[in-house]
Amino acid sequence: MENERKLEEFQQKIDANIKIEPKDWMPEKYRQTLIRQISQHAHSEIIGMQPEGNWLTRAPSLRAKKILMAKIQDEAGHGLYLYCAAETLGVKREQFLQWLHEGKAKYSSVFNYPTLTWADMGAVGWLVDGAAIVNQVSLQGTSYGPYSRAMVKICMEESFHQRQGFEIMVQLAKGTKEQKQMAQDALNRWWWPSIMMFGPHDSESAHSNQSLKWKIKRESNDELRQRYINKTIEQGHHLGLTFPDPNLKFNEETKNYDYSPIDWDEFWNVVKGNGPGNKLRINHHIKAHEDGKWVREAAKAYSEKINLSKKTA
Amino acid sequence: MKDELIDYCLRLGDSSLILSHRIAEYCSKAPILEEDLAITNVGLDLLGQAENFLNYAANLKGNTTADLLTFKRREGDFRCLHLVQTPNTDFAFILARQFFMDCYHQILFKKLLNSKDETILGISKKAIKEVNYHLDRSSDWIKRLGLGTKESNERIQNAINDLWMYTDELFTDNSTDLSMEKNKIAPLSSSLKDEWSQMVVNTLKDSEIEVPEDIYYSLKYGKDGFHTEYLGYILAEMQHLPLLYPDATW
Repeated sequence: MENERKLEEFQQKIDANIKIEPKDWMPEKYRQTLIRQISQHAHSEIIGMQPEGNWLTRAPSLRAKKILMAKIQDEAGHGLYLYCAAETLGVKREQFLQWLHEGKAKYSSVFNYPTLTWADMGAVGWLVDGAAIVNQVSLQGTSYGPYSRAMVKICMEESFHQRQGFEIMVQLAKGTKEQKQMAQDALNRWWWPSIMMFGPHDSESAHSNQSLKWKIKRESNDELRQRYINKTIEQGHHLGLTFPDPNLKFNEETKNYDYSPIDWDEFWNVVKGNGPGNKLRINHHIKAHEDGKWVREAAKAYSEKINLSKKTA
Repeated sequence: MKDELIDYCLRLGDSSLILSHRIAEYCSKAPILEEDLAITNVGLDLLGQAENFLNYAANLKGNTTADLLTFKRREGDFRCLHLVQTPNTDFAFILARQFFMDCYHQILFKKLLNSKDETILGISKKAIKEVNYHLDRSSDWIKRLGLGTKESNERIQNAINDLWMYTDELFTDNSTDLSMEKNKIAPLSSSLKDEWSQMVVNTLKDSEIEVPEDIYYSLKYGKDGFHTEYLGYILAEMQHLPLLYPDATW
């Protein structure tokens, strides 16, 4: 009875758009869903540093190198906000990392695709960050206070990332024949993965309904996906590039772009970590973490010594 | 004098550029996320300093740009110090290299605030603020590693020992140094050594790290255009795209 009353009050708060804060009562399933979602989001930021870091030492101009470096730094910062937000739910960062390394926690599978040319730095910024922003703008209104506030900060920086990516695409599309080919090839490879970032169709999504009711998610996967497609097609036409989908056309009735069926076999394969990308990303993270173990131990031992000498002084 | 001034700007610009490149190689490999953020910040500052000095060198030279100097110059025309070319062997090496360079930069940029050359003065004014923070960070880490655990003490001691010989170049004068000093643009490199040694020795001693003996470094120097074997690989990677697509602009 007690729990039912609490649950009712909780839902009333949600319905009244009052944010849930760390010390407030919340259903265990709400807490678990947030732990899963926020840590997955944090892991995505951190793993996402790798495909871009892959081109940092080969950025072809000083300006491009500076911008890419700043962008990767932002991603580390986003990871940090999000781990902090997730920690308010009672789980330590070290635990989140362990779950990631053991394959128990996921990250956005789009980062399992390789970045093969410089144009991928454009396409990742334009398409992958572009898709992420649509989702994140919506999540600014999420019901959990710390997550919502982290999203507000992140969205400000993400819009700069998307512009950075689009700028690279503009430059390549206006460049030599080879540069234009590079841009088209990147669009061909990143278009479908970016569409799949929104997850399964609403009818197939395991967590959607409850998450919408609790306002963890504010809009459905398909609504967000359609918004992304609509805005991105216009930008692609501006670049003079073509999208790898023959069925892409504006539907006067729905005022949306129609698109071909998504290849869900590929999506689930990548989500399950099949293929070399997942191994590469996770092994890189595990290695960095293990290589840094002695440094973390040193920092801990040092701070204990300092604290001890302060106490005895 | 103009040639020497260009050479001096290339020395400072190239050294920051290559150090920043080594930091870029370390992207997403730091021991904790906070350190990924901090070290990238240092890399970004260094890249900005490099761009400023290379822009100035390009203006003085004429008919070139900082990008052309970075991406289309041959190895022998680079003037970076050997120390910044050394690899990211582990966190201790990255840190020791950074600490040596941060001390050097802080002392140098402070002196360059008296430069007769307004551009160098301007760049140094901005750089000194950044370098103060870099040195705070690296000297804190030297202490943490030196006083942390037995393993961390051994590792940082090993890195300090191995990199010590490269610091010799920081304080050796060549004809460029003599010209810069004569024209009141920059101090002699040799004039920075005492202050640097004092700063480094104090931090090492506070951190229970032994100060290595000076060894005569028998090779020729990066600031004279003679490099380590490492630089060729760094440039092969860094310059790859502009060299592969010579007609493209990026």
